[in-house]
Amino acid sequence: MSILHTVNKSPFERNSLESCLKFASQGASVLLMEDGVYAALAGSSAESQLKAGLGKVSIYVLGPDIKARGFHEDRLIAGIKVVDYAGFVDLAVDNDKVQAWL
Amino acid sequence: MPIVVDGKTFETDEEGYLANINDWVPGVAGVMAKEDDLELTDEHWDIINFLREYYEEYQIAPAVRVLTKAVGKKLGKDKGTSKYLYGLFPYGPSKQACRYAGLPKPTGCV
Amino acid sequence: MSEVVKKFMYLNRRAPYGTIYAWESLEVVLIGAAFDQEVNLMFVDDGVFQLVKGQDTAGIGMKNFSPTYRTLGDYEVKNIFVDADSLAARGLTQDDLVAIAYEDMDTEEEIENIVEVVDAARVTELMDESDVVFSF
Repeated sequence: MSILHTVNKSPFERNSLESCLKFASQGASVLLMEDGVYAALAGSSAESQLKAGLGKVSIYVLGPDIKARGFHEDRLIAGIKVVDYAGFVDLAVDNDKVQAWL
Repeated sequence: MPIVVDGKTFETDEEGYLANINDWVPGVAGVMAKEDDLELTDEHWDIINFLREYYEEYQIAPAVRVLTKAVGKKLGKDKGTSKYLYGLFPYGPSKQACRYAGLPKPTGCV
Repeated sequence: MSEVVKKFMYLNRRAPYGTIYAWESLEVVLIGAAFDQEVNLMFVDDGVFQLVKGQDTAGIGMKNFSPTYRTLGDYEVKNIFVDADSLAARGLTQDDLVAIAYEDMDTEEEIENIVEVVDAARVTELMDESDVVFSF
């Protein structure tokens, strides 16, 4: 059973990402979107948490949300994959279900 | 009430501001001015065009005193006065000129 | 004007776009600017993300209101503060933030950037000095 987890809250404001990474199974996919994309920024206090997560799950970030907030791919932690809306759909289709961490 | 310019209908809000700024064509200003019994001169157009540029850059329709200050900076001190601007737009320079320019109602006009 | 001038602080703690707080705050500040009070804008926690430059919302179908922060000087809002710790915790520096200019029309003195990064002690001090704090 493969799951796509979505996180749309800032890691500096809520523990949505923390819980998601704690409970997601090995090899699951995690998509950061909306304010959740801030977790992908290199050099922040959430970086170690996210890097640890990369050893367990695949982490994606929604490109349009990164751009809207004034950032480009070069500011992201290495190993995170950027997807567009079509890529989001592909992830949803490739997994058995989608679980949202609000 | 929607306005009609060259046979084309433009939606407006309840205060007469264009519903969609991207719909704007210069004829909109002409029709609105005519309804106010106002003849648009080059001096009016300087302000209307200035407001459109201001919106393009800052994404906001400026309040009247902000407009006055900005006009003074851009078009010359003699034009950056309430007297000059009210002379052109008697219903309130920012409110009236923003409406002609297709902008929303100015933010901070009370 | 014989009214007593009060010190207002607008405390911004939320990131833009994910919630409506940032835009609501900016609108209230611009509308409130008509009342000639002493205004301080404070950006802490995720609020610092509001000032990140180069925002482009074309891909998410929302209005990009970040250019509007640059008009704050025109609206006579000239005290804008950013908490240094909040910036650092997010991997940001002042170079990531927009510059907001202010020109004093009477003296023609021009300040290129009124955005000031301050330490926690200064944030505390500014809060204590405020008569009213509006939280967003």
